[in-house]
Amino acid sequence: MTKEEIVAGLAEILEEVAGVNPEDVTEDKSFTDDLDVDSLSMVEVVVAAEEKFGVKIPDDEVQNLKSVGDAATFVLNQQAA
Amino acid sequence: MSGLLAGKRILVTGIITDNSIAFSAAKLAQEEGAEVVITGFGRMSLVERIVKRLPKPVGQVIELDVTNPEHLASLESRVREQVDGLDGVLHAIAFGPQSALGGGFLTAPWEDVATALHVSTYSYKALAVACEPMMKPGGSIVGLTFDASTAWPVYDWMGVAKAGLESTSRYLARYLGAKGIRSNLVSAGPLRTMAAKSIPGFEAFEQSWVERAPLGWDLTDNEPTARTICALLSDWFPATTGEIVHVDGGFHAVGA
Ligand SMILES: NC(=O)c1ccc[n+]([C@@H]2O[C@H](COP(=O)([O-])OP(=O)(O)OC[C@H]3O[C@@H](n4cnc5c(N)ncnc54)[C@H](O)[C@@H]3O)[C@@H](O)[C@H]2O)c1
Repeated sequence: MTKEEIVAGLAEILEEVAGVNPEDVTEDKSFTDDLDVDSLSMVEVVVAAEEKFGVKIPDDEVQNLKSVGDAATFVLNQQAA
Repeated sequence: MSGLLAGKRILVTGIITDNSIAFSAAKLAQEEGAEVVITGFGRMSLVERIVKRLPKPVGQVIELDVTNPEHLASLESRVREQVDGLDGVLHAIAFGPQSALGGGFLTAPWEDVATALHVSTYSYKALAVACEPMMKPGGSIVGLTFDASTAWPVYDWMGVAKAGLESTSRYLARYLGAKGIRSNLVSAGPLRTMAAKSIPGFEAFEQSWVERAPLGWDLTDNEPTARTICALLSDWFPATTGEIVHVDGGFHAVGA
């Protein structure tokens, strides 16, 4: 999977879970500040992303995933591992 | 089907993530042969996703806000769509508004304290009453407390709510005993769940627990708590009710 595909997948999840417009989802966007994703929605985004991309995102890691790009990079590295 | 809970039908409330104590309890209950019925609150889509991680499939997640009288009134009919009765009920529910926690003890307004008591204390009775018609002698109701015999840092009105919960469980033991139904609580040490992480300053007593508990304490391992919940739901505590079993590495038993 490419990084672009992962971002597109995250956009689908964000639309489904938090009603975010997929067009707003770009790598530089912060989940909380730009996309208004609250903490419970973020938990669900993480769970959905784990399923969609077949990766495990540890709790301690979630706080480091501030932007869509951070999350996409993390997923990419996990998939490569 | 063999196992500690073979053939038992257990209602499990309180799952929100796979770190929830209720998730660990539901998982173990299934592994021990129980048929588990799940309720969820608020973010139903998240609960639906999480229960897919249980070892065995479950029926549709039943929506239950324990402060909603309609949800409670219709609980029996909705549970009966999945099972023909209940042998056990797990209450794993607590909530305190931010003002009632984290050092706000002296300033928290009554409305917020009332919410904490409604969701965390009164709901134990409310859930028991809603489930009792589905239960027969030998049935077991289990709740979760955090040792309410002392005043903790930052726990504030949740501590008061838990003291009330401990008393509520004793009264339930009194009122439901005639029907042969038990009520017991598990007093767990600190575990890193959503509820715990949303208490500002909760880390304060995590470390002392790890250092002081005679058996040590793993903040990320729900299994000991889940085991004790399942034991209390089983037939192996047949004459125990109104009890509080500590699953805390022995912390409550020792001084500094
Ligand atoms: N985590 C700990 O350190 C610890 C220690 C001792 C006791 N406990 C107790 O264990 C129980 C489970 O909490 P947890 O730590 O697994 O956290 P958790 O956040 O995983 O679970 C709390 C649950 O309460 C539910 N809830 C909140 N308001 C509700 C309402 N109005 N109606 C129905 N459900 C509602 C939430 O949806 C959530 O599923 C709580 O009673 C908690 O006080 C926790």
